Amino acid sequence: MARRRVPQVDGGTKAQAAVTDARQRILDRVKAALAAVADKRPLPDYPADIALSRGAEVPGDAVARFRERLHAVGGRSFTDAAALAAWLGEQRVTRGYCDPALADWLAPTLGAAVALETTFVRERIDDYQFGITRARAAVAETGSLVLDDMTTATRLAALAPWIHIAVVTPDRIVPDVAAAIAALGDDPNIIFCTGPSKTADVEGILIEGVHGPGEQVALIGA
Amino acid sequence: MSSGEPVDAFAAAQSDSRRSAVRLGSKAGHDKRTEALFRDYADPDRLRRLAGDIKQHTLDHLDMYLERAQTRLEAHGAKVHFAADADEACRQVLAILHSRDARRVVKTKSMATEEVELGAFLERNGIESVETDLGEFIVQLDADKPSHIVKPIMHRDRREVARTFEDHGLGAYDDTPEVITRRARAYLRRKYMQADAAITGANFVSADSGRLVLVTNEGNSRFCLAATRCHIALVGIEKLVPRDRDLAVFLNLLARSATGQTLSVYTEFITGPRASGQPDGPEEMHVIFLDNGRSDILASDARDILRCIRCGACLNVCPVYRQSSGHAYRGVYSGPVGAVLTPLLAGERFKEFADLPRASSLCGACNEVCPVDIPIPDLLLRLRDRGKRAGARPAGAAPSMTTFARLASKPASWRRALRFGRLLGLIPAPLRPRALRVWDKNHVLPPWRGGAFRKWMAERKRKRP
Repeated sequence: MARRRVPQVDGGTKAQAAVTDARQRILDRVKAALAAVADKRPLPDYPADIALSRGAEVPGDAVARFRERLHAVGGRSFTDAAALAAWLGEQRVTRGYCDPALADWLAPTLGAAVALETTFVRERIDDYQFGITRARAAVAETGSLVLDDMTTATRLAALAPWIHIAVVTPDRIVPDVAAAIAALGDDPNIIFCTGPSKTADVEGILIEGVHGPGEQVALIGA
Repeated sequence: MSSGEPVDAFAAAQSDSRRSAVRLGSKAGHDKRTEALFRDYADPDRLRRLAGDIKQHTLDHLDMYLERAQTRLEAHGAKVHFAADADEACRQVLAILHSRDARRVVKTKSMATEEVELGAFLERNGIESVETDLGEFIVQLDADKPSHIVKPIMHRDRREVARTFEDHGLGAYDDTPEVITRRARAYLRRKYMQADAAITGANFVSADSGRLVLVTNEGNSRFCLAATRCHIALVGIEKLVPRDRDLAVFLNLLARSATGQTLSVYTEFITGPRASGQPDGPEEMHVIFLDNGRSDILASDARDILRCIRCGACLNVCPVYRQSSGHAYRGVYSGPVGAVLTPLLAGERFKEFADLPRASSLCGACNEVCPVDIPIPDLLLRLRDRGKRAGARPAGAAPSMTTFARLASKPASWRRALRFGRLLGLIPAPLRPRALRVWDKNHVLPPWRGGAFRKWMAERKRKRP
C-alpha cells in the first residue's frame, strides 16, 4: 500500500507546483504591467441607488409592484392558495412536487384531484407537472424570485417541471436589485429568477420554457 | 482562428439571406437596448461612465483583487487554479475531470471556453462535451462557429436550424421555433442528468465576497448546476469587480445593453459547493482563472478593452458588423470589440489580424453604446499604428496614401501641389495615380478648386492690412 502511494504523492506535488507556478507567473505579469501605469483610477464613490430604474425610486406597495413586474416578464402571481388551485385546475395538472414544509398547508386547498409528492426523484424528473418550493425573497423592481440552497428544498424541483410555484411571504419582498444584492448573505448559491425560462436564439422569436419552467408563478402568502 | 479574406471581401461574398438576417437581428438588438436604457434611466451615460470607472479601477489593481477573490473562494470551499494560456486551461479541466473519472460534461455558453477551444479539446480526449445554450447547441451540431457574442446563430434562419435537427435525428423537419425549442429541451434534459460535471464561464466575480455571477435566459446554467456533482468555471482574470454592491450597476447595464431586459431571467450568485442539506448541485467547485494574453493586453496601450463585459451592444450598432456578420472577423470575438481583441489575443500572430482594426469607419457608435465606455475607435487607431510598425500587409483594395502624406506634410510641397493640381484633370482617367483610379470607380472628379482658400486669404490680407 505504502509503496503504491509514493508515485501518487509525487504526481500530486508536481501538479500542485505547476498550479502555484502558473499563479505566480500570472500575478508577476499583472504586477509588471501595472507598474508602468502612472494614473491608476481610484474606486469611484457612488450612492447605492445609482442604478435604480425610473419608477422604482418612488416608494409604493411592494407587493403590487412585484406582481406588476412579474406579469410584465411573463410570470404569474396569486395572493391566495385557492386562486392558485383554480388556475392549476385549468392547467389540468394531476401530480407534482411540493416542499414537505408547505404540503400540510397546501394539500387541503389543492384538493384530492392533485397528488402532491414530497420527495423529488431525479430519475423521474419529467413526471412532475409542477414544483412548489419556498423562495427566500422577491424583488419588486424586476419581478424576480430569489431562491437559495437553504430555503429551496431542491434545486431541480424548482427548475425541471413546466410549472414552478415559489411561495414567498409579503415581508420578504425587497424594493430593488441593489437591496437584494446587499442582502445576499452567506448562502453558497443564490439565484434570481425573473419570469419563465426564455430564448430568442432562433430568428429573434421569443419562446418560453427552454430548459427551465415555461410558467413561473409566485404565491404570495403567509 | 486563422487568417483569411478581409472583412470587406467576406461581406461582399455573403448571401443575401445571411446579410439580411444579421442586419435585422443586430438592428433589433440595438433598438431594444436603446429603448430599455432610455426608458429606465434619465442619464444612461452617467451609468456607463461609472461602470467604466469601476472596471478600470479593478484592472488597475488587478493583482490585489485576484488574490482577494482567491482567498474568499477558497474560504468557501472552492478550489482555485490559474492557467497562463489556452493549453494550460484545457489540461487543468481535463485533470479535474480525470480525478473524478468524469466522462460526460455539459457546458454553458462561455466566451473563455470558446477562446481556448475547450469543447474540441475535451472531445479529442474522449470526453463528451455538450453545449446547452440553444444557439450554441445548434452551432455544435452544425460544426459551425458562433457569429455573435450574445446571439450565436443570428446568421441562421429557422429553415436551416430545422434541417440541422432533421439531419441529427432530432425529429422530422419542422421549422416552428417552438417545436425546435421543445425538442432541444427534451434532448438536453437527458444530457444534463447523465453528465458528470458542468463547465461554465462567469460574467462577473466579486473580489470581496468571492461570488461568481452567471447570467442566462434559458436556465441552462442553472440546470447544469442542479443536475451535476462537479462545477468547473473558466474565468478570464478581467472578470473581477471589487464588491457585491458594484454588481448592481453591472447587472442592470448588462441585461439592458445585451437584450433590452431589465434583468436577465436567471442571475446566479455562487461562492462554493452546494449547502449541506441541499440535495442537488455540485459537491465540488473549481475556478480556473485564465490569463491567455490578458496580462499582455494589460501592459499595452489598448488595455481599456479588458473592461469589456461581453454584452454585444457594439456589434449590434456597428455598420460594418451589420453588413459582414461575425464570421468575417475570423475569431471568437467579432464586431468592434473583436477587431480590438482578436489581434491582441493572437499574440505573436498579431500581423495576421492587423487588417481587422482597419475594417472600421471610426464612426464612434461602438463607444457611445458601450456599457463600460471603452474608447474603441481610439484603440482601433492604436492598433492600426501597431500594425503599420509591425510591417503588416496593407489592405488589398486600399490605395497607398504615401504620395498624399508626402505632399501634405510640408507647406512648400503642399503649395506646389495645389498649384499644379489642376493638371490632374488633364490626365486621362486610366493614367491617373492609383489612389485616384480606385476613387474614380465610384466618383466623378470635380473641377479643381485647390488653392482657392489661400488665394482668398491672401487677398483679404492685402485689402485689410
